[in-house]
Amino acid sequence: MLAFLVQRISQALLVMFVISVIAFAIQDGLGDPLQQMVGMSVSQQERDAIREELGLNDPLPVQYLRFAGNAIQGDLGDSYFYSKPTLDVILEHLPATLELVIGASLIIIVFSVPIGVYSAIRPQAWLSKFFMGVSTVGISIPVFLTAIVLIQLFSIGVTVDWFPSDTGWGQWLNGALSTDGGLPSYGRGEELTHLFGTWYSGFFSTGGLMHLILPAVSLASIMLPLFIRLIRAEMMEVLQSDYIRYARAKGLSAGRINFLHALKNTMLPVITVGGVQIGIMVAYTILTETVFQWPGVGLMFLEAITRSDIPLIVAYLMVVGLIFVITNTVVDLIYGLVNPTVKLTGKKA
Amino acid sequence: MTTATVSRWDRFRESFFWYSFKRDKIAILSTLVLLLMVLAAIFAPWLAPTDPYDLAQINIMNSELPPVGLDGADAAFPLGTDAQGRDLLSTILYGTRVSLLIGFGAVLLQGALGILFGLLAGYLGGKVDAVLMRIADVQLSFSTLMVAIIVGAVFKASFGNLMFGEIAIYMLIFIIGVAEWPQIARTVRASVLAEKKKEYVDAAKVMGFGTGRIMFRHILPNTLSPIFVIATVQIANAIISEAALSFLGLGMPETQPSLGSLIKSGFDYIQSGSWWITLIPGLVLVVLVLVINLLGDWLRDVMNPRLYKG
Amino acid sequence: MALLEVNDLDVRFAVRGGDLKALRGISFSLDKGERLGLVGESGAGKSVAAFSILNLIAKPGYIAGGQILFEGRDLAAMSERELRGIRGNRIAMIFQDPMMTLNPVLTIGTQMVEAIQAHRKISKKEARKIALDRLQKVQIPSPEKRLDQYPHELSGGMRQRVIIAIALLLDPEIIIADEPTTALDVTIQAEIMALLLDLCEQENVALMLITHDLGVVSQVTQRMLVMYSGRIIEQGPTREIINDAQHPYTQGLINALPQMGEPGERLFQIPGSMPSLKNVPTGCPFHPRCHFATEQCKQAMPEYVRSGNVNVACYEVANLIEQEKRMQEAES
Repeated sequence: MLAFLVQRISQALLVMFVISVIAFAIQDGLGDPLQQMVGMSVSQQERDAIREELGLNDPLPVQYLRFAGNAIQGDLGDSYFYSKPTLDVILEHLPATLELVIGASLIIIVFSVPIGVYSAIRPQAWLSKFFMGVSTVGISIPVFLTAIVLIQLFSIGVTVDWFPSDTGWGQWLNGALSTDGGLPSYGRGEELTHLFGTWYSGFFSTGGLMHLILPAVSLASIMLPLFIRLIRAEMMEVLQSDYIRYARAKGLSAGRINFLHALKNTMLPVITVGGVQIGIMVAYTILTETVFQWPGVGLMFLEAITRSDIPLIVAYLMVVGLIFVITNTVVDLIYGLVNPTVKLTGKKA
Repeated sequence: MTTATVSRWDRFRESFFWYSFKRDKIAILSTLVLLLMVLAAIFAPWLAPTDPYDLAQINIMNSELPPVGLDGADAAFPLGTDAQGRDLLSTILYGTRVSLLIGFGAVLLQGALGILFGLLAGYLGGKVDAVLMRIADVQLSFSTLMVAIIVGAVFKASFGNLMFGEIAIYMLIFIIGVAEWPQIARTVRASVLAEKKKEYVDAAKVMGFGTGRIMFRHILPNTLSPIFVIATVQIANAIISEAALSFLGLGMPETQPSLGSLIKSGFDYIQSGSWWITLIPGLVLVVLVLVINLLGDWLRDVMNPRLYKG
Repeated sequence: MALLEVNDLDVRFAVRGGDLKALRGISFSLDKGERLGLVGESGAGKSVAAFSILNLIAKPGYIAGGQILFEGRDLAAMSERELRGIRGNRIAMIFQDPMMTLNPVLTIGTQMVEAIQAHRKISKKEARKIALDRLQKVQIPSPEKRLDQYPHELSGGMRQRVIIAIALLLDPEIIIADEPTTALDVTIQAEIMALLLDLCEQENVALMLITHDLGVVSQVTQRMLVMYSGRIIEQGPTREIINDAQHPYTQGLINALPQMGEPGERLFQIPGSMPSLKNVPTGCPFHPRCHFATEQCKQAMPEYVRSGNVNVACYEVANLIEQEKRMQEAES
């Protein structure tokens, strides 16, 4: 157990080191702190003096060590745009993103497991074929496009008048195909509850939840098909195994076989892949937040790019990198704990 | 020469590949649709009613006209016009061209990188393998889209908007190609590991062939079918990645739009009711990606290669 | 009435381009407490026969015809629900590979308790008590500890002991064991086989043993069936068949045993190999490999003839018996 822990953590530290080097390289290559600090009128001598003072003339390794040392203490520099520590800016925006990810994850878990399991148990049923068809189409629709379609349908609304409105069936069809719209599609709304620190939550008010619906569904839409396919494929493989046949030979009920024997073996690989997908989800939050102007770190990052706010870009990279590394390590550890066949040496027994 | 091609054609017609293609309606339909779109993209300059890059042909008075069939439509613009008065049919034809170009280009690049690194990792093993696969793991755990966004952001910040716009096509091919190489590399590595154990490799070694010759002349040809399958799916992924980057403003500029940047520029007008500017290019993008994915699924079923799992 | 009576069982695999006939009208019976061996090369249909009794054949296999009478009730015609009441309860199974048989993510205790609770309405505590008792019966060291262990923490031999313990949990009438020792180390094969034999004798459980090992069959079973290409070609008392096999194929199998030859002599081999299900020869399926094959053998499957206590399906044997009879008649 200890060896496994040490191995995983040293690996995580190595990855963090690489990320910090990249971040430092970006900062060093793109950001000229002088330009932001002083105006054009300052003489070359004064500039050189400030450079010397800031340590910008030191050798690169020294500058890196200073950068890394500050980063470990939580100092990632000040944002040009917000004129305050970048970490504070990120912490202000992080809760919005976390709530979006939590909302989407809930949708994914609630739908992917039953649909994946059902279509694995009954691969020939028309409902399974329908689900598989929908998920193939779902994978092909970029997340921002789903978001736009959802906005058109449920925020703006669609009025259909293709059918004659002077007949009953025409009216009914027009009504059935039209949507009301009205769901909010911009930001998080006003009704936020203050939890602690910089965390304002939308989970505790109708308004907050209404604002969360479309962004969370959009974000979930891209991952849901992947998870359904993954769970189905894993489960079908497990159902072929000898121990499932043996469970049947013991006279167990189909429910116990499918939902204990098969599902438990299915979910183990799903956990690992799922952990990796969390990283992918962070990338998709950038797209989702852009469409819905959701005030999270993704939107903040994109705005930082357009504003060339280098310290904020670098800080975002460091924080997101840290989140990735932590989730991956935690997922590995959980997998080791849940799966009895992993002897926590990092290799499958 | 003709006899050789005839016999090859005959062999192809008798192959399992062709047999299962003929029986699969979805595969046939997808191929037809894809072929149609590729041809339309290639011949866009001749097919498009107007040249969207030519400012002289654009009249701002024609802006936000709806597609034919809706009130206020103009028959000269079958799919309507965008906010600048450009003919939507023309911009979509040109946009598909740009999207496909970047998709194929990026897959060529990642194919080259992926095959090279995959072969090296699989054949040499040891430290080379460990280092390359570690990089691939980390890059994949960050997600290829995330890597592409970061690289795009850095490039954009260092080149500036104008400069970036001019070389955007090459930048995007480079960014997506570099971001996605691990996918192909892992597949290649997996099949190399399987091939390496086979006798013909030992035979080649005994005959004294060099490492490079064995890797490229002996092993590579035997790993082509999984590469082919994954490359198909990767084209779809590259097109989606390009669209995402363009949508974020890190891709093609509006003056030379891809499908993604068309969707982006149309999105600003969706609230004013001009849904077609964003949704019609969106539909084209989805159809394009869907048919490629369907073909990829079909290829995987037919060739049944050892794809990297997980 | 026999405990288990299989009549004219037909099992097929539905594949593209028609059905493959895995079992073609096999009939046999098993009495209470009897030990029956099923012998044949791999692909002969032994395992299919074993699994079809509890209707556990892997898809796309299905029972196409015939009866499987267990205490007079036809298992082949039973609903899944009724069958479930028999599986593991009245008829238990032991699979080939103990590494693959136990669920890797559930403890031994869970997998034993659930088997009991599937058939008996008793508390978990009582079920654990039964489980412990059976683990003691199969002579597992420190059985209490085993209940909370996962399969991968046990050796192969220990796992197969656990499987045997699970088979005994509910005092079944029949245990069907499909090559229970082939996946184990040679050194513990005999140990496990002896244990199984002892327990069956003690508990008076009927054993249906599927194996390709004639040595094991001759030591353990009282009666045996020889299968070839989805048919039973010879069946009768084990001793009689081993000592005086009638069918040319069975003779070949016995002659191929190392202990039948002289040291240093080349082992006997039956020429050719068993036909695949896709192209079963007409008539007697063994005729392409048989020294005695005649035109007749290629035409139709031979009927069973009785020689002593043994039933054999072979024209050659039938002709010999006929000749003997005529000679006896001539003498008298």
